[in-house]
Amino acid sequence: MLNSKIPAGQLELKWTDYKGHCKLVNPANKRKLEIIVIGTGLAGASAAATLGELGYKVKAFCFQDSPRRAHSIAAQGGINAAKNYQNDGDSVFRLFYDTIKGGDYRAREANVHRLAEVSANIIDQCVAQGVPFAREYGGLLSNRSFGGTQVQRTFYAAGQTGQQLLIGAYQQLERQISLGNVTMYSRHEMLDIVMMKDKDKNGNEIGEAKCRGIIARDLITGELERHFGHAVLLCSGGYGNVFYLSTNAMGSNVTAAWKAHRKGAYFGNPCYTQIHPTCIPVSGDHQSKLTLMSESLRNDGRIWVPKKQNDTRKASDIPEEERDYYLERRYPAFGNLVPRDVASRAAKERCDAGYGVGSSKQAVYLDYAAAIVRYGKIECGKLGISNPSAEVIRKHGVDVVKEKYGNLFDMYEKITGENPYEVPMRIYPAVHYTMGGLWVDYELMTSIPGLYALGEANFSDHGANRLGASALMQGLADGYFVIPYTIGNYLADEIATKAVSVDDPAFVQAEKAVRERIEKLMGIKGKQSVESFHKRLGKIMWDKCGMARNEEGLKQAIAEIQQLKKEFWSDVRIPGDIKEMNPELDKANRVADFIELGELMCKDALNRKESCGGHFREESQTEEGEAKRDDSNFQYVSAWEFKGESEWQLHKEELIFDVAKPTQRSYK
Amino acid sequence: MEHYTMNLTLKVWRQKSSKDKGSFETYQVSDISSEMSFLEMIDVLNERLITEGKEPIAFDHDCREGICGACSMYINGRPHGPWEANTTCQLHMRAYKNGDTIVIEPWRANSFPVIKDLMVDRAAFDRIIAAGGFISANTGNAVDANATPIEKDKADAAFAAAACIGCGACVAACKNSSAMLFLSAKVSHLALLPQGAPERKSRVLNMVQQMDKEGFGSCTFTEACEAVCPKEISVANISRLNKEYLIAGLTEEK
Repeated sequence: MLNSKIPAGQLELKWTDYKGHCKLVNPANKRKLEIIVIGTGLAGASAAATLGELGYKVKAFCFQDSPRRAHSIAAQGGINAAKNYQNDGDSVFRLFYDTIKGGDYRAREANVHRLAEVSANIIDQCVAQGVPFAREYGGLLSNRSFGGTQVQRTFYAAGQTGQQLLIGAYQQLERQISLGNVTMYSRHEMLDIVMMKDKDKNGNEIGEAKCRGIIARDLITGELERHFGHAVLLCSGGYGNVFYLSTNAMGSNVTAAWKAHRKGAYFGNPCYTQIHPTCIPVSGDHQSKLTLMSESLRNDGRIWVPKKQNDTRKASDIPEEERDYYLERRYPAFGNLVPRDVASRAAKERCDAGYGVGSSKQAVYLDYAAAIVRYGKIECGKLGISNPSAEVIRKHGVDVVKEKYGNLFDMYEKITGENPYEVPMRIYPAVHYTMGGLWVDYELMTSIPGLYALGEANFSDHGANRLGASALMQGLADGYFVIPYTIGNYLADEIATKAVSVDDPAFVQAEKAVRERIEKLMGIKGKQSVESFHKRLGKIMWDKCGMARNEEGLKQAIAEIQQLKKEFWSDVRIPGDIKEMNPELDKANRVADFIELGELMCKDALNRKESCGGHFREESQTEEGEAKRDDSNFQYVSAWEFKGESEWQLHKEELIFDVAKPTQRSYK
Repeated sequence: MEHYTMNLTLKVWRQKSSKDKGSFETYQVSDISSEMSFLEMIDVLNERLITEGKEPIAFDHDCREGICGACSMYINGRPHGPWEANTTCQLHMRAYKNGDTIVIEPWRANSFPVIKDLMVDRAAFDRIIAAGGFISANTGNAVDANATPIEKDKADAAFAAAACIGCGACVAACKNSSAMLFLSAKVSHLALLPQGAPERKSRVLNMVQQMDKEGFGSCTFTEACEAVCPKEISVANISRLNKEYLIAGLTEEK
């Protein structure tokens, strides 16, 4: 049964009480305990480095050529922390409350409060490591605001905050590597966990099976390796690439989490995906991934489509009165700054109704013309230019916009070849982040003893919708400040456990199963490429389990995915050999797992007959077409247990709100 | 922007593994859209090779937004291709016209051995960082983030150096395969900040020693590295590195 292990007592004292009473491992024993960390993004690198500092023997794995390349590196905007440096009323409670509300009341109060509590320590720690956050002229740290909040609590390093935080964590990791506390395995992919029971003095198995290691594949040689660990941490990121096209890196995958799921780790809220409203649209069938344009652009840009359907005129030829600023029309109070899920659905609604722009008609305009004029007039005023011509206003306005958003405009131009100072940008929503993930308890342990999940790989802190600048916060909170305490509470009881030989039958058996699966994949020798299957899966998911979902579509999707799975396992073509660098084989392994995950996501979306956050069921909406939650029936976490091919059992963890009482969100 | 399609001749370095000898293979690709990215053009070719029962071209790539530093192609004699301040993944096909021939090689440097085709091993960079590219601040030791104000100019300069993505284009462009731009970016990032002061001397000495051990060549300041750097890391960092190294060498008390 599900036991979330949330400590008793007052919300704001739970974490303090927990830390005061959890078990500790003394330094001499830490040296004997081995921990495996999968993934070296913010969660993995910070966890591996910190556990190494504490004296544990750590092995870290990543599939990239260097731990510095994990996808956390691509995060743009910033990281939230309840520092209240701006004296604008921020506090731990407000960060907690904004996060719970932003998640549409589908996250655990205790976890989110802990996240808010440690947020301030993260900024201190990163500065001590030399992370060059943006600063004011007085030398103190600068902040900016982000969606879903009324305070300025976001710390940033230009548009490269994720890069700077990851480099910080990576450097700490490299330091532990040089000290011999962490052994790094890059270009390695985890292909299964190894589970076994403890044995008593007579060699008889006792208790329930625990996670005691992994099977990994060296991606250069293709050799399989067995690694023992007293505990295993999955810090392997999110699964947005199930949609084929997303803002995730090409290699981002669900494989580590999925293998654990198949071995017994419950999967929490798989259908909660975040679709980001401002991405560069698809340009053709060749499209391999999508690029995000920072949320900050919605501060000054106006979003519109033509009032006429299938309007083929150029944007500049469409007069003002024939433009529909649909966000401002539908949401006068928040306008272009409605939350991500609302903005995304509104764009889809217009395009589906035939008002989309660009050659694909799957795009809307994000227009800076008005902002350029507005800023230009202000500048002319400052400079004392009376009766400036339109040309002069424009020149000054462009300068201001360039200073604020120049790097984003440049990126847009690089990709599209269009100058966004001259013509409005075309944008469309794209899959960006997955709130769902492996179910974990308060200690970040999955339903398998000794197996943990951190960062985006777990389900825990963002409910049904994540706020901007909160992903970086959660990854580092888990790695720097949560797991170092909670893992001790488990390992304190493992100090007598000797390292198990990798010749143990459990390891031999696990490796055999992995080898057989690889041989099976290579033996299919079919006709269709891995990529073509991935594309087809992505289309099913995007059409039927994307921004809007309904019962009929989800049922169809499940049938189509089951069919796709059969076809994949009988007709996929993987060139090359097993015992060599073979990116197509790596990809085939991942896509096979994505196919199974896709089915579970649809099943979860089908089960949740309410709309909440990023999950929009068309059957559950208000008369105005807004998302309608159903707290009486769905105020729970869906934790799915794998029972066999296409078979799952649902466990429900009730969510209890003692402090933040659920209300319906409104942005009108 | 007018979009167009083109036919191209590609000459690509193919090498089965680090042990094998490589050679150029020539491929014709057709109907390439000017809207594609360079890597998507390779994707198209790879899909075709797979259907033809041949092995696709192996290359490193991940984020495809110019920030992870994985992609590493030497295109027509220039790392990351013809555009300024750009990575291969952000290069788009409108940079080419119908009938062009494009030569694609991996990074060429002894310290970056080829793994397969266009993939090279850049682990030497990680080892240089491990030699000293960090501030020894264990988790939990930090004082309040605003306890140490840092001049904005210095913080900005540290950020500009820290923007390095570790792709290795600087090494690939250098006639001596020197890693000085990469190394100097890290030394500068940490030397410009007060937090980096306690380890300032040992850091630069240890990192330079590791760089030499990895077999990277000497710097003769041709500035080819800066010219191809996707993040426009300045060679002023190399000057700072030289200064740091000299001071450390002259004053280190060991």
